[in-house]
Amino acid sequence: MATISHPAEEALPRPSRLAVLWQFCAQNPLGAAGGFVVIVMIAMAAFAELVTIHDPTRNNFGAMLEAPGREYWLGTDQFGRDLYTRIVYGARTALMVGFVSAFVGGTLGLILGVASAYFGGRFDLMLQGVMDVLMAFPLIILALAVVAIFGTGTVNVIIAITIPFIPRCARVVRSSALSVRETPYIDAARACGFGHTRIVMRHMVPNVMAPYLVVMTAAVGQAILLEASLSFLGLGVQEPVPAWGLMLRGGAQEYAESAPWVAIYPGIAISLAVFGFNLFGDALRDWLDPKLKV
Amino acid sequence: MYVYVFKRVLLMIPTLLGAAVLVFLLMRLIPGDICVLRLASGGGGVDPQVLRNCRAEIGTDQPMAIQFFRFIKGLVTFDFGKSMWTGRPIVEEVGLRFQLSLQVAIMATITAIMLAIPLGIISAVKHNSWIDYVVRAFSIAGVAVPSFWLGILIILGILITSKAWFGMPWMPPITFVPIWIDPIHNLSMLIWPALATGYRYSAVATRMTRSAMLEVLREDYVRTARAKGVFQKLVVRRHALRNALLPVITIIGIEFAFLMGGLVVTEQVFNLNGLGKLFVESVSNQDYNMTQALVMLVVAIFAFTNLTIDILYAWLDPRIRYNH
Repeated sequence: MATISHPAEEALPRPSRLAVLWQFCAQNPLGAAGGFVVIVMIAMAAFAELVTIHDPTRNNFGAMLEAPGREYWLGTDQFGRDLYTRIVYGARTALMVGFVSAFVGGTLGLILGVASAYFGGRFDLMLQGVMDVLMAFPLIILALAVVAIFGTGTVNVIIAITIPFIPRCARVVRSSALSVRETPYIDAARACGFGHTRIVMRHMVPNVMAPYLVVMTAAVGQAILLEASLSFLGLGVQEPVPAWGLMLRGGAQEYAESAPWVAIYPGIAISLAVFGFNLFGDALRDWLDPKLKV
Repeated sequence: MYVYVFKRVLLMIPTLLGAAVLVFLLMRLIPGDICVLRLASGGGGVDPQVLRNCRAEIGTDQPMAIQFFRFIKGLVTFDFGKSMWTGRPIVEEVGLRFQLSLQVAIMATITAIMLAIPLGIISAVKHNSWIDYVVRAFSIAGVAVPSFWLGILIILGILITSKAWFGMPWMPPITFVPIWIDPIHNLSMLIWPALATGYRYSAVATRMTRSAMLEVLREDYVRTARAKGVFQKLVVRRHALRNALLPVITIIGIEFAFLMGGLVVTEQVFNLNGLGKLFVESVSNQDYNMTQALVMLVVAIFAFTNLTIDILYAWLDPRIRYNH
């Protein structure tokens, strides 16, 4: 008598997380490099006290513009502060601004994008109109206007960067959510009598996580860059908080010729961080896009 | 086609109106008073009567609705009024800076196109080879490197090189002279910011060219062309590139529009008196008239660029027709 095997018995064992990670690294060497940079940056920010010996904010006028050496690995700035220490602590500021604004802006954009696609009609038209208006402003200009209203400082910079991110994420998520809306399981959920909130949050949002994650990863890099730009203009994080953009303001240009390290190292830190997040985001997009996998 | 263009122009009105409302409200939300800023800049108190006169002169004593109506009327009649800070006509103030910003944007766009199209094509054709990896790393680095830092490095490079070659440091000129009056002076001033922003701009366009080319190179008609024995160069140029150009043009257009007002930080580094610098100054001086006019200019450029891109689509892709 023929036996009918259960499909579950024939299914391949689910690969371990380590195997999935290895596969990701093997298929996306650049993405893995980006991920490595991101992990190093997070570790530096988390254990800043352990990997530095100087105070990031204390002026030392006896050691102004010291060249890189044994005592000060990357040299000192015009106030005698150790550049390496300030770069390590600056990673905290960059990551905090980057993650918080990308997460808040991305999540608000996710909810608005999905709701816009789900409800459609006039609600969609009106919301997209507002998004169009917000997207017509260059990022930096909108951020500058928000900073002018709320003032400078880390929290206000986060608000200034978050607001321009909302329409950008909403637009990307909406395009994916539009196709999800047409799927039979959404009709089934409606037929079951579920409320709009439940359908949006439980059935639609989880199915647009891929574009959301990709946009958010890219947004972290953009937020770091934007924070650096605002701080460079003197409209972002204020002294004596260690921030990479702020380190390039004033002294960096003034002493570019006599003490080039003041201008070079903070810029490398910004570039590496954004480079890492972008590489990782690109690899994530390729990984989550079934078309590219084929 | 004409009906489509007309409809698209009509669709720009809500965007422009929305932007006008937003910038008007944003400016009124900024705490402070331009008259206090102007009159108390020397320190000390301000006579209330003088303050009232100042407000009456620039119109900030009027109710919000009247101020908004005047602003919209000014937009429609292209009469943007005078700068609340300098007292000079806005058209004149913006006109001076517009030339400079437009030239930097055009030069950066040329730099970007010259780098992005060939690099994007090579990267896609040699997909997953070392060339592809190098181009990808180069383009991602372009997006990652802040253009203001690249600007500082360029200035540093100019200083060091000129000192080594000529014995004394040379710096680019800081006063703007139109290209038709003194091309050497003009180019030696604007080539550096154009390179700094052009590199970032090219990075975005290279990534787009690469991904669009990769998608098109997998199409059936490209395989058919290859099967017919068409040379690789011809397949890439005639069959693939033309069809891959649509998203590339979009990104080039959008970036160009954003460059017109978004060069705020680069202008600061190179000490250029462009639209970006004027924008920062007008926001910090609470010059409502100037900020509103500048934002509307940037949004209008953005909207017109989008319209031009849409019309260009029909020319590049015969499948797109605007009858529907």
